Amino acid sequence: MFTFTVRRLLFAVPTLLAISFIIFALLDLAPSDPLSDLPLTIPPEVREQIRLAMGLDQPFIIRYFKWLQQFFINEPLNIFEQITGITVGSGERMRVLSWATRSPVVDLIVQRLPQTLWVVGLSYLFGVLIAIPIGVISAYRQYSWFDQIGTFVSMVGYSVPTFFTGVLLIVVFSSWLQWFPSIYDTTLVVNSWDSFILQVKQMFLPVLVLTLFNVSQISRFVRASMLDNLNMDYVRTARAKGVKEKIVLLVHVLRNSLIPVVTVIALGVPTIFSGAIITEQVFRVNGLGQLLITAIQGADIPLVQTLTFIFAILIVLFNLIADVLYGILDPRIRYE
Amino acid sequence: MNTRKLMLAASAAAFALTAAPAMAERGTDGDLKIIFWQAVSTMNPYLSGGTKEVYAASMVIEPLARYDETGALVPMLATEIPTVENGGVAEDLKSITWKLKPDLKWSDGSAVTAEDAIFTWKYCTAPDGGCAQGAYFEGVTNVEAVDASTIKVSFSEAKPYPYSAFVGAQSPIIQAAQFKDCLGAKAPECTSANFGPIGTGPFVVKEFKPNDVVTFEANSNYRDAAKPAFASVTLKGGGDAASAARSVLETGEFDYAWNMQVEPEILEQMMAAGKGKIEVAFGTQVERIDINPYGVDPSLGDKRSTKEAGPHPALSDPAVRRALSIAIDREIIDEAGYGPNGQPTCNILPAPDIYVSTAVDWCLTQDIEGANKLLEDAGWKMGSDGIREKDGVKLSFLYQTSTNSVRQGTQALVKDMWSQIGVSVELRNISASVFFGGDPASPDTFQKFMADIQMYTNNFDGTDPEKYMAGWMCDKIPSPATGWQGENIVRYCNPEYDALVKELGQTGELEKRAEIAKKLNDMLSNDVAQIPLIHRGQPSAVNNTLLGVKMNAWDSELWNVADWSRAK
Repeated sequence: MFTFTVRRLLFAVPTLLAISFIIFALLDLAPSDPLSDLPLTIPPEVREQIRLAMGLDQPFIIRYFKWLQQFFINEPLNIFEQITGITVGSGERMRVLSWATRSPVVDLIVQRLPQTLWVVGLSYLFGVLIAIPIGVISAYRQYSWFDQIGTFVSMVGYSVPTFFTGVLLIVVFSSWLQWFPSIYDTTLVVNSWDSFILQVKQMFLPVLVLTLFNVSQISRFVRASMLDNLNMDYVRTARAKGVKEKIVLLVHVLRNSLIPVVTVIALGVPTIFSGAIITEQVFRVNGLGQLLITAIQGADIPLVQTLTFIFAILIVLFNLIADVLYGILDPRIRYE
Repeated sequence: MNTRKLMLAASAAAFALTAAPAMAERGTDGDLKIIFWQAVSTMNPYLSGGTKEVYAASMVIEPLARYDETGALVPMLATEIPTVENGGVAEDLKSITWKLKPDLKWSDGSAVTAEDAIFTWKYCTAPDGGCAQGAYFEGVTNVEAVDASTIKVSFSEAKPYPYSAFVGAQSPIIQAAQFKDCLGAKAPECTSANFGPIGTGPFVVKEFKPNDVVTFEANSNYRDAAKPAFASVTLKGGGDAASAARSVLETGEFDYAWNMQVEPEILEQMMAAGKGKIEVAFGTQVERIDINPYGVDPSLGDKRSTKEAGPHPALSDPAVRRALSIAIDREIIDEAGYGPNGQPTCNILPAPDIYVSTAVDWCLTQDIEGANKLLEDAGWKMGSDGIREKDGVKLSFLYQTSTNSVRQGTQALVKDMWSQIGVSVELRNISASVFFGGDPASPDTFQKFMADIQMYTNNFDGTDPEKYMAGWMCDKIPSPATGWQGENIVRYCNPEYDALVKELGQTGELEKRAEIAKKLNDMLSNDVAQIPLIHRGQPSAVNNTLLGVKMNAWDSELWNVADWSRAK
């Protein structure tokens, strides 16, 4: 298992380098322009100066290697310095700078990460916690009214896009009932009971929208996996031995059914970090998803490049984790 | 009415009168909540140039003078507006001298001096800095301190309109002490200064979250002790225009929302909630249709849309251009897409009032019959498919614009109007980030204009149209030789026009300048260099409890935020 993990990690390095190059090339070939948001009153000569200051006059390959150096050497060194307080070399090195804000990309990401983890992470957690019981009951009582309703709700949750449910909830709960704010107050500091209530209130709608989506998705997996296992021979054997129905279901069947579900959940974790782009935009949650979409719209290429690359790292990493978990959970699988 | 009652009424009135100024105390009106659906990326307008950044920064850093809601210059940090009459502008128009108000303080308590202005000039003109407002310092050869509070700006040649450097929200004065290590290539590295510039304005940055939210608090060193009325400002960003409008007009969560590019009927519905209204300011924005005078046929290859491609087989015919213009019903386009935020126009120079020509209003009324006759007389005969043609050339065009629901609506209306005169158009829309991007490698930019017809809005900053009108000179035509840079996107070229622009550059008197500018405008409209459609306003949503908003199209919309207050 250990050698397998090490081998996979080593393989990840060339994979990620290739990914970073492809992202960089794609972004460079894309026709969007960082100056397109500027008023037309800014004359062409000035635009040229701005382009030069962004380093856009340099050849593609040089810009790519510069980014590599900034991302893989300068930024880790900077984090190391901040944590330990030790200055390496002169301490002055070029960091990955966003074109729109002209500030270090990593600082932006660090600033946005907590909101995404809270809102999207919480909805993922709720999604898992709600989906498993629903999936289990739906499968155990297949075609019962509970299963039918569950299927209907998850179909709705899965097929109706979040930009629709989000706006619908705003119209109902913010405009009509005025129970919840429609705009996430990102300056709120939770330091008292009242501010905590406010925080819960403003997180309610976005978390609800995303939880609905996650529940729909995961409960389907749980149900399908449970159904596969309920018809297995070992279940019949357990029942024939006189094992209680509760133990058959929750110990024998559920444990075996969760193996593929755990993989699905692990593979879904990177999506937490990439944020829920649409939901964050609708509720104005200042998370990573919103950061990414504004960066794409404004053609803030260093920011898009760095964010997508971090997501790529997470996806590669969680694929590995899913594989390893599989090996741990299922004794039949051994990697050598 | 007995005497006692009268006296009571009088004293009540007197009380009300004295109470009014007493209420105007700094920081008594709580938090002002503003929403910009495009979030602010930086607080340094010299590094961004985007409208949202310029507006946000205008609450903190100020220029020497700015434009009020009528477009007149008002002194901010300066004591008065220098003119030739008061001796502030040199007789030869080659320098201007500003005097700072006495005892001006930065928000950190230090004194504002002429050195700060000199530094600002150096900061924006430093090599490799990529200063977005470089145009404001164009032609400035030197900025010097006559004494600690007198600034002299010298120009390389006579400037009949010398109010550009340090005038308007785009060119504020920054603190030398704060930015001294941020010159040139080092500018983007000064993150904390760029996110929280020290200023002289009514508010100071408390916290800046890039692309999300800015919080401000009242500047305790602001020069007017009674202002601002609000203790703090929250400037939230992100989302889209419609939901920003909803947050002011329907839910009332915010006080002010900028740039309400939303269809008029949607805004009407929201205003029915009675919580706010839309305020519109008309500046110099004109939605226009450009007609390409050069050939754009794909077979021309690299020569497309350049002089080398030769004249356009149909659109170089003046009759066709004129017919296209008078076939359009601007009223309908205005009603459908703009409502109160637009007015039909035939002028490419729509404001300020003294520059507005009334000589070309022939295009304001739709004249399908006249257009058909024009085309008929010019030899464009109706074909069997309802499309006119002459010598094998059909009046069939590609009409492109940026992706935007109002523009696509306008495109559909124009297509229908033109079909009535035997002109067919193929519609195309291009993502705004590509269309306005100016990437020389992309064929879809509006500068390259590789289409027969295109539509967009342009305008100019401030109130002086000289630079804007110079944008139609022959040498400003974008071409591969200039890297497709240049303002003359309609590719208009007329030596008479060029000569008149040069004359404008040498004329100092305002009335004469206005006369020449009108003539230039009329030439463009009569030659149908392009088709002006709509004079666009800047709509913003204002909550009913917010007082003091004076919508301004000439400067930052937040220009008088120090005077805003909350209705009691």
